[in-house]
Amino acid sequence: MVTPEQLKTWIETGFDAAQVAVEGDGHHFEATIVATEFEGKSRIQRHQLVYAALGDKMKAEVHALSMKTLTPSEA
Amino acid sequence: MTEQVTMQDQIKQTVTDNKVVLFMKGNANFPQCGFSGKAVQILTALDAEFVTVDVLSNDQVREGIKQYSNWPTIPQLYVGGEFVGGCDIMTEMYEAGELKDTLSAT
Repeated sequence: MVTPEQLKTWIETGFDAAQVAVEGDGHHFEATIVATEFEGKSRIQRHQLVYAALGDKMKAEVHALSMKTLTPSEA
Repeated sequence: MTEQVTMQDQIKQTVTDNKVVLFMKGNANFPQCGFSGKAVQILTALDAEFVTVDVLSNDQVREGIKQYSNWPTIPQLYVGGEFVGGCDIMTEMYEAGELKDTLSAT
C-alpha cells in the first residue's frame, strides 16, 4: 500500500524545489503541488509534469490521485 | 501495431465527430468511479449535450485513450476534438466559470 509520504517523495523527484503536500488513505490521494516549473503552463501541461514524475506508478500503485497545481505566485 | 494505429484513428474520429465526448468508467446513468461520476455531474449541471465512451467495456479503448492524450487517468473530456482535461481540471474550470465558455465556444 502506498503511503502519502511515498507519493510525496515520488512527485518531488520530478521537480527542482517543489512544495508538495499529500493526503490520502492508500487508495485515494489528494496532492497540492507548488512549483516554479508550472509557470506559463496550462492546467493540462502542469498535470502532465506530475504524471511524468510518477511514470508507471500511475498505472500500478496509484489508482486515484486528484491534484492542485500552483505556481509560487498563485499559492 | 496496426491494431493500435487503428484505435488511435478511431478515437480521433470519435472526438472529431462529436462536439463533447467524455471517456469514462461506466456510463452517464451508472458511473463506475467517483471521478467519472463527478465529471458527468459537472457536464449535466452545465446543460451540456455530450456522448460518453465506457472504457471499461473495451481494454483497447482504455489503453488507447491514455496514449492519445498522453494522460494516464480516466475520465477524459474532449471538446471540439481537443483534450480539455480530467476530473480535477474540469472541476477547476467549472468553478472558475471557464468550462461553460469552453463548451459553448465550439
